Amino acid sequence: MEAYRECRCKAAEGKPVKKKKALAPRVPMPHQAPAERIKNFNEVALGYTSQLAMEEARRCLQCKKPACVEGCPVEVPIPQFIAHLAAGRIEDAYKTIKTTNSLPAICGRVCPQEVQCEGNCILLKKGQPIAIGRLERFVADEYLHRDACDLLADGAKETCPVIDPEKKVACIGSGPSSLTVAGYLASRGCKVTVFEALHELGGVLVYGIPEFRLPKNRIVHKEIHALKQLQVEFKVNAVAGKTFTVQDLFAQGFKAVFIGVGAGLPRFLNIPGENAIGVFSANEYLTRVNLGRAYDFPNYDTPIICGKHVTVYGGGNVAMDAARTALRLGAESVRIVYRRTVDAMPARHEEIEHAIEEGVIMECLAAPLEFTCNEHGHLKAVRLQRMELGEPDDSGRRSPRPIPGDTYELETDLAVIAVGTRSNPVMLDNEPLLTTNKWGYVQVDEATCETSIPNVFAGGDIVTGAATVILAAGAGRTAAKEMARRLGVDS
Amino acid sequence: MQQTPCTIVKKERLIPGQTSKLVISCPHIAKKAQPGNFVILRVSAQGERIPLTIADADPEAGTITMVYLVMGKSTAHLETLEEGDALHDLCGPLGQATHIEQVGTVICVGGGTGIAAMHHIAKGHQRAGNHTVAIIGARSKNLLLFEHELKSFCDEVLIATDDGSYGHKGFVTQVLEERLKTDKTVKEVVAIGPVPMMEAVSKTTKPFGVKTTVSLNSIMVDGIGMCGACRVSVGGQVKFACVDGPEFDGHQVDFGELRQRLAAFKPQEALSFEAFKERHGK
Repeated sequence: MEAYRECRCKAAEGKPVKKKKALAPRVPMPHQAPAERIKNFNEVALGYTSQLAMEEARRCLQCKKPACVEGCPVEVPIPQFIAHLAAGRIEDAYKTIKTTNSLPAICGRVCPQEVQCEGNCILLKKGQPIAIGRLERFVADEYLHRDACDLLADGAKETCPVIDPEKKVACIGSGPSSLTVAGYLASRGCKVTVFEALHELGGVLVYGIPEFRLPKNRIVHKEIHALKQLQVEFKVNAVAGKTFTVQDLFAQGFKAVFIGVGAGLPRFLNIPGENAIGVFSANEYLTRVNLGRAYDFPNYDTPIICGKHVTVYGGGNVAMDAARTALRLGAESVRIVYRRTVDAMPARHEEIEHAIEEGVIMECLAAPLEFTCNEHGHLKAVRLQRMELGEPDDSGRRSPRPIPGDTYELETDLAVIAVGTRSNPVMLDNEPLLTTNKWGYVQVDEATCETSIPNVFAGGDIVTGAATVILAAGAGRTAAKEMARRLGVDS
Repeated sequence: MQQTPCTIVKKERLIPGQTSKLVISCPHIAKKAQPGNFVILRVSAQGERIPLTIADADPEAGTITMVYLVMGKSTAHLETLEEGDALHDLCGPLGQATHIEQVGTVICVGGGTGIAAMHHIAKGHQRAGNHTVAIIGARSKNLLLFEHELKSFCDEVLIATDDGSYGHKGFVTQVLEERLKTDKTVKEVVAIGPVPMMEAVSKTTKPFGVKTTVSLNSIMVDGIGMCGACRVSVGGQVKFACVDGPEFDGHQVDFGELRQRLAAFKPQEALSFEAFKERHGK
């Protein structure tokens, strides 16, 4: 095989050959050791140092037509920010990223870069792509670390836009899509108010993604603080459809509304015993631990059950988060039960690797049939159906099918169901003018993200169903562009 | 929407050390609150989210009323707040409003702090033109809540005490059964109180085939349908009490499962309460 990789004809003819420089591998990022990190909720990935970041930045070829940018849903000018970074100009690098991405410290951490920017990097053909996510994260962290307030205040008159109180825009929900809309419009002089149903801002960034992947105080709150400096106003404990309706907002003088309420209603397995004590939806389990800080009970009031033998159902990022959370709460064994094989899991590779390093067992080709409990209703076991992979279907995937009669039982006192979410009807039921599709998601014009109600836009999971942080941000950006155009503020 | 803090404008200790009533200034919630709705609140920045029923709402004054029984850390912490203090977080109104229409005679049964929640629904039925009968009970006369409020608008108020110190000696279900035997105009029974009481009321009405509505008090976290902590089995279907309820057909509810699920965090609740009492020198 080696012989075919390189054309050796010139050498064979005895002509001089230009020796190609071997491609340097990407600079590794320091991590907490697995044995140590499963005892705490601190961030696992420690991030690049300045030296490591600049070394990695210098690997970038500075393509004229950068494919990486095409792979980024919000089109961050990647080569430009990396060039600034390679030259040590952190503030310029940060401002370059911020021109299209409101949440770089978050996206740098939780984006599936392997299928987006990094998956498109030209270096991937010869070796490892540029670690774009790690570099974005480094720039954002370094900038926030140097105190964003001081940097923003320095020359604030030039950079801070003048807010026009007449150009009132409401964002419903404070997750990634809404925050993107807020950042885009506020930086163009609109008066943005964000309404959040929970008591803390950030949506899935605070209730879903755990502290060890995305620190709340150090990162999420800082990103939101940067929006507050753009005079974005935040109102918590405000439930759309209950505390207020879209009509109320227009009556209050808002000119446009963005709906970014996510897809928060959990799916269950619909098998017997699912209401036993110890069976949680991933949303409940993670909300208790992350939003309620139940890992610090009883200093915080929200309680959680710390299982001894934990089983998690599903193969996505949420399942990995729940499993790794259970380990940190002291479980003796944690299993991810999945009906396909590890390579078919939709979770990010990095998250699966981290979970396995930490000791999570992948119980693959198994499907839950029934939960059983003791006389007090406490979960004690799960009966599983063993599966095998059948012939490839039309999509080319080998679909799992049960092996008749091959069932087995696992001891478990804590089960977390992470098989996805659906559209939450709380708001939509109270907005009859809003057209939804047959799955209950909001229908929008793809080019503008406008809904069936004029000047009401929607984006993120409430339109697409559960997806990623960056896709939600991308939808927010599309909607924000159209909103800015109509408000006459786009430069 | 909450920007101004939600402040306690009036606090009344209905049963000292046990049950209190709070009138809270929150015009945005008061404007929208209907009978049957509830709120989620947090007492402090480290607090948990707990649900409480809206026992009354005054849209003009911009206030809602809540009644709670001190039974653990969060309610004990709430009990330390006084007039002028603000709740850390208050979110609502949540849940489906009570379905109220003019049907004839409606009996509203209440037990414990559930009487307060029941009284708001009874008021709704009265306003809709129903002949409204309240049946309320307590262990003894001094523990009876909201008697005067109910008497101010209900057509009839019937009372039962376990020890016979006031009204009928025995349970509210006995008073209810007597009434159902003799009164064929009863179209609906509403029951709010402890789970065993709501279960007993549902059993009592079943042979009479009278529609029975119960308001379920399952464990909640977000209260907006995000997590399913509050899930209950109703007619063999899984429902979320926070968005599908909290009111359901009492003849369809799996009360046994509800009772078990309510005990899910008992050890943690005791631990949290003990730690709180130690800090507050009780």
